Amino acid sequence: MIPVAFDYSAPTTLDEALTLLADAGEDGKILAGGQSLIPVLKLRLAAPHAVIDLGRIDALRGIREDGDHVVIGAMTQHHDVATHPLVAEHANLIARATQTVADPQIRHRGTFGGALVHADPAGDLPAAALAMDAVFHIVGPGGERTVAAADFFVDLFTTAVGDNEILTEVRMPKKTAWVSDYQKFTRVAQQWSIVGVAATLRIENGRIAEARIALTNMGSVPIRVQAVEQALIGCAIEEDAIARATASVADGTNPPSDLNGDPDYRRHLATVLTRRAVLNAA
Amino acid sequence: MTITEIGASRLRKEDQRLITGRTRYTDNMVLPGMLHIALVRSPFAHARITAINVDEAKRAPGVIMVLTGKDVADEQGGIPSAWPVTPDQKAPPYLPIAVEHVAYAGEIVACVIGRTAAAARDALELIDVDYDDLPPVLDLEEAMTDTVLSHPDLGTNLSATWIFDSAAAGTGTDVAQALASSEVVIERTYYQQRLIPAFMEPRSTVVDPTGEQLTMWSATQVPHILKLMISLALSIPESKVRVVAPDVGGGFGGKLAVTAEEFITLLAARRTGKPCKYTETRTESLMGAHHGRAQVQRIRLSATKEGIVTGLDVNLLADMGAYLGVITSGIPILGAFMYNGIYKFPAYRFECNNLFTNKAPTGAYRGAGRPEATFAIERAMDDLAAELDMDPVELRRKNWIKHEEFPFTTVAGLEYDSGNYEAATDKALKEFGYDELRAEQKLRRQSGDRVQLGIGVSTYTEMCGLAPSRVLGSLDYAAGGWEHAQVRVLPTGAIEVVTGISPHGQGHETSFSQIVADRLGVPFDNVEVLHGDTQVAQRGLDTYGSRSLVVGGMAVVAAADKVIEKAKTVAAHLLEASRDDIEFTAGAFGVKGTDQSMTLGEIAFAVFSAHNMPDGFEPSLDSDATFDPVNFNFPHGTHLCAMEVDTETGAVTLRKYVCVDDIGNVINPLLVDGQIHGGLVQGISQALFEEAVYDESGTLVTGSFVDYLVPSAADLPMFTTDRTVTPALTNTLGVKGVGEAGTIASTPAIVNGVLDAVRHLGVDDILMPCTPSRVWNALRDAAQGGGRHRSPDPSSTKPDLDPAGGN
Repeated sequence: MIPVAFDYSAPTTLDEALTLLADAGEDGKILAGGQSLIPVLKLRLAAPHAVIDLGRIDALRGIREDGDHVVIGAMTQHHDVATHPLVAEHANLIARATQTVADPQIRHRGTFGGALVHADPAGDLPAAALAMDAVFHIVGPGGERTVAAADFFVDLFTTAVGDNEILTEVRMPKKTAWVSDYQKFTRVAQQWSIVGVAATLRIENGRIAEARIALTNMGSVPIRVQAVEQALIGCAIEEDAIARATASVADGTNPPSDLNGDPDYRRHLATVLTRRAVLNAA
Repeated sequence: MTITEIGASRLRKEDQRLITGRTRYTDNMVLPGMLHIALVRSPFAHARITAINVDEAKRAPGVIMVLTGKDVADEQGGIPSAWPVTPDQKAPPYLPIAVEHVAYAGEIVACVIGRTAAAARDALELIDVDYDDLPPVLDLEEAMTDTVLSHPDLGTNLSATWIFDSAAAGTGTDVAQALASSEVVIERTYYQQRLIPAFMEPRSTVVDPTGEQLTMWSATQVPHILKLMISLALSIPESKVRVVAPDVGGGFGGKLAVTAEEFITLLAARRTGKPCKYTETRTESLMGAHHGRAQVQRIRLSATKEGIVTGLDVNLLADMGAYLGVITSGIPILGAFMYNGIYKFPAYRFECNNLFTNKAPTGAYRGAGRPEATFAIERAMDDLAAELDMDPVELRRKNWIKHEEFPFTTVAGLEYDSGNYEAATDKALKEFGYDELRAEQKLRRQSGDRVQLGIGVSTYTEMCGLAPSRVLGSLDYAAGGWEHAQVRVLPTGAIEVVTGISPHGQGHETSFSQIVADRLGVPFDNVEVLHGDTQVAQRGLDTYGSRSLVVGGMAVVAAADKVIEKAKTVAAHLLEASRDDIEFTAGAFGVKGTDQSMTLGEIAFAVFSAHNMPDGFEPSLDSDATFDPVNFNFPHGTHLCAMEVDTETGAVTLRKYVCVDDIGNVINPLLVDGQIHGGLVQGISQALFEEAVYDESGTLVTGSFVDYLVPSAADLPMFTTDRTVTPALTNTLGVKGVGEAGTIASTPAIVNGVLDAVRHLGVDDILMPCTPSRVWNALRDAAQGGGRHRSPDPSSTKPDLDPAGGN
């Protein structure tokens, strides 16, 4: 498990990091928490010539409020996201999804932004970010741009972040007093999601007023299911009604087939888990 | 003798160094001028090698040498099989580095020796191997037909057919007759999936060729067997080889092997004249180290309507993989004596066909043959109980050997010396709350609860303590099963125990110290247990088959007793008393009826100075003993589990696990609990999580721990482990083996529990591992088909692998 040799640098400012990245050209790779990149390097699935470690750029780490948004720095560790009071209050779906990521050791190393940019289709955070209407702030040689979650996840392991760019922070409109659940289906505790369902709801007078539903590992990118979100509006918190409203959640999806299940099974799971996620959240 | 140590739950002496890793693991070793090895492995399951171009690799920076099979054809020998199970057993040559033909994905085709591990690894990519691929044999039933050959030169996939027939052996009656004349016959095919031992420390070998003796350090369970095999296979005088198993991080049978990697490291060291190291990656370990289980079991069990079993017929297809390792061929045969379990069956026949496929070679894996046998009979007993609509515990009760019937000679010809199945079962049922859980199960069935409850039963025994040498001889195994020990009394009275067993995480340094501390009346901390180095422990047969305590421990006892006898002679001389009047208690030798006595330490120093010894006394208390057991021993127990099945998702949850094991007397309860816990997890894991999967081209899909699922503590409940104590009668400690018991017992308990939860919904079988997707599919098939769901052939249930999805 020895990677191909690479140059390592650990800049302390974002500008420095961007310069190093630009200098490296196509052979540069950003190291965030390293929980995905290091195994990939060791297995020689990737062989970048330059690895640029963002771990010493303090500005990229931390969680704050900005008006009606919660802002999570890209280099914030999962553990900090999962336990932060602002996240619990205004983005509790993110807290719940993050708590299911891997194991405590990895949650103390892996980062919010790293997991999102890695964009593993079986990763838990992309669906949660999608359901939260997250906006991604990306900095590159030409300055800063923002990308909505719907446009961020492009394909398997591919996001809108370009070769010369760095994700700096993720802003999410506060969903204060929304309730949520993340249903992660695995065979063992420390496993990538076979299927995951992120649900967050606003409930008024015992009925669902607004809903956001997104699916993990039901395709090459996370899937927001707006038809189900619409169907849930006005729904009483009652199993049969919610089952009816969520029954179509897997329609048209094309999930992967692997040792853990074929597409039929995954579509069935997505349907069951969506109902459970909504009921649990409510 | 004052007993203070035996029975004490001492923490392990070994823990700190083994857990922190700051110890002599092989990969931690660094020798001056040491070179590093990396290996090119075949990506194809079956191919002819047409060309290998190593020129570029040889020129790469830091590369010292590149070796192909052709380069070492004259000196590389072959991995030996020590177990010709039949006189006409067939086997292809098992070369350390393939020369013309590769027979599994992962087989070694070239070796790079570099100044650093990185240089060697980098150069692998510069080696160009041309293959002509051949059709692989991947399925056992297909292998049996010989339509495609795993080794075309061999002409057949069949290595050997081994048969036991109780009528022929005189241990029982004829099975065919029993089956034909019985009121009920159930016929089942069970599939033992391939498993990977998945030890924590990957295999690693260092060879130092300098000096008079060539020294090999290796992460092995079997340094003594390895030394002998190296000597025989490579024609090196045995006296010129020293093998050391330093601290070894787990084995589970996976390091009961003589490996290609060990041979290659030795060849590299001899070629370069420098110490060489090879350490495998996890992926290499999963694809290249031997696998376990991998059998198709066709079972026919006949009985009366009242549930009295009348006969058992077993027909096995056993997957050898591509080659015979040192004991590959004998593994299924070890199970032959266990299919009758704890029961009194009048007729039994066992036939095993050992078959070659184009997959990694198989070998010992925790239990080795006995878990497979126990699974089959315990599954079949549950299936029979279901067929007869009888409680599975009651069915077992009707058939098992009653405690007053011991010693009992079974239909397979073994003599069970002792046991009390009633006591263990009654205790387990009570602690489990069997009746209450049955009541809850009934309620859930009646209400159509989404989560159904199943109760799994397994009443197992196993033969362990490998083994009486004459028995191994009768099974055509090349070696014996004795064990050697030496107890050395140092001048200060401190004790060194040298044992021929080779611990790799079990805690023998602790338990053997406890035995010797009691036996010789010396403080626990004054006892040091030495092992694993053939220069220190010159005789031994190593650790496997739950043998270390029951064979190795008994050798230690015998050696300690010889020390006492020698010390008595010295004490009588120095105390001017008759030898017959010397009594040994609590570490002191006293003269009967007087207050005169000497401690062992005082005698030790007197012997060391040797100024005043009895005439003709050789001035040493050190003693050797070799113990050859007269019989196996037979741990048994009753394991019960409560399984919850979410019928909506197929998810299976182990809610409760209670086991009552009878392993005779216990030296260290803490170590025993550790062995049981670990064993349970490995057995449960076969039932629910683990499977080595190859795709249709013969590539190992489960080549990392992302796909080869092993559970963690988070996936399992607390276990209730309890014991009954029926001492073994075939050793003076009254102990039985414990290393494999949990693994052997738990797999059928879990699967029986899963099936018990869903049988009323029309599901009779689910393949292992019982994944949520398999459970869900079985439930769906049963509901849609309206009929009963039997397990399909595993080859027809492989998913289409499309990890990327279709988007």
